[in-house]
Amino acid sequence: MKAPWFDYQAPRSLADALGILRDAGEEGRVLAGGQSLMPMLNMRVADPEVLVDINRLPDMDRIEEDDGTLRIGALVRHADLLNSAAVRERWPLLYEATTQVAHPAIRNRGTVCGSVSHNDPSAEHPSVLATLDGTVLIASADGQRELPAEEFSEGMLTTALEPGEMVVGLRYERPPARTGSAFVEFARRLGDFAIAGAAALLTMKDGVCERARLTIVGMGDGPVRVPEVEDLLTGKTLGNGAACDVFEEAAQIVKASVDAAEDVHVSSGYRRHLAGVMAKRALETALVRAGVAA
Amino acid sequence: MAWEQEIELKVNGRAYAKRVSVRTSLGDFLRDQLHLTGTHLGCEHGVCGACTVSVDGKSARSCLMLAVQADGTDIVTIEGLRDEDGEWSVMQKAFFENFAVQCGFCTPGMLSSAIELLKENPDPSEDEIREHLSGNICRCSGYQAIVEAVQAAAAAQRAEVQV
Repeated sequence: MKAPWFDYQAPRSLADALGILRDAGEEGRVLAGGQSLMPMLNMRVADPEVLVDINRLPDMDRIEEDDGTLRIGALVRHADLLNSAAVRERWPLLYEATTQVAHPAIRNRGTVCGSVSHNDPSAEHPSVLATLDGTVLIASADGQRELPAEEFSEGMLTTALEPGEMVVGLRYERPPARTGSAFVEFARRLGDFAIAGAAALLTMKDGVCERARLTIVGMGDGPVRVPEVEDLLTGKTLGNGAACDVFEEAAQIVKASVDAAEDVHVSSGYRRHLAGVMAKRALETALVRAGVAA
Repeated sequence: MAWEQEIELKVNGRAYAKRVSVRTSLGDFLRDQLHLTGTHLGCEHGVCGACTVSVDGKSARSCLMLAVQADGTDIVTIEGLRDEDGEWSVMQKAFFENFAVQCGFCTPGMLSSAIELLKENPDPSEDEIREHLSGNICRCSGYQAIVEAVQAAAAAQRAEVQV
């Protein structure tokens, strides 16, 4: 199908963009990479009166790293992350997840902030942001505010963003030293939306887990952190083969707690099973990458 | 409200200035206003890859980009792949010689993605080829001939560079 009518605006400054968004209120939508919004327009799932194209805003395409903090602007594309030496070398979870975002042509245009703003439960970036305890940087004509990832995500394709606001950037804090990470997902076809996936971070010291993060992808209404598993792992010895039973218990907790929907691809039971498998696989890989033999 | 806008862009080396409706996709603009019907629109929501063209040297879905967004860009479609003498490009020849075309609907997008791959990686493995073409669906070929064509084009291009 073809997109419905809209008033198209392509401001050249952030102040202009925020002014247009304020005036448009609930009828305004930000167009960045367009890899989620354009399909929604073409299928007429979305029908905004005003489309604010931010592609001509200056300085929004920056990736800035400073002392363990990474800040990326609203026009940073998935491909930009993959081409960034800093991301490849020092932000392995973000890098690994981005390699699994859709296909090359989509990665060339789609933005990381756009994926986080869209908040599809199957998408990679909302889960990475949750796992790294990241922050969403928001601006409106009235000023700026920040929200932690867990407060930003409010449900299926729903965020805490108010009318008139836009996401201008994301901020990630680097995990402590001796942290291993992994992002795994399963899809029927390479690059398709994940049926299930998991993101894990394990910080290890002398074979003991100091800090754990686990997020399940493709379940419920958005990125699903699993605090029960994080609590279970923290303080546990995982070295010398001890991880096997603990990770199996973690997988059982995941399977029992996730809200696994049925769809045209898979049954609820299959998705639930896969969530457990993905969680275990992510934890095992993260452990090895933290320098501990599983 | 601005329902229409003037845009200036380059397509296959030729400059155009056109008035476009703001809701028109780049793909529809190329086909309906420039009459470059080699770009095929399949699903119109970014899944099939048939409409893939090169925008400023990078592959993009022309169904997921508005024509107004292409203002100031340099675009290459399948019509722009021949050289000045009308000779097919290395990739087109390889597709022809390896029977990588059946109905031809996916071919323009396949060529665009495959050419981008060889620009980034002149000697890709079979897995790398399959990964790079994963966003282009073909319902005829079973992909094998397409992968072989890209391998043949890569070999031909490397040989050309050496000469």
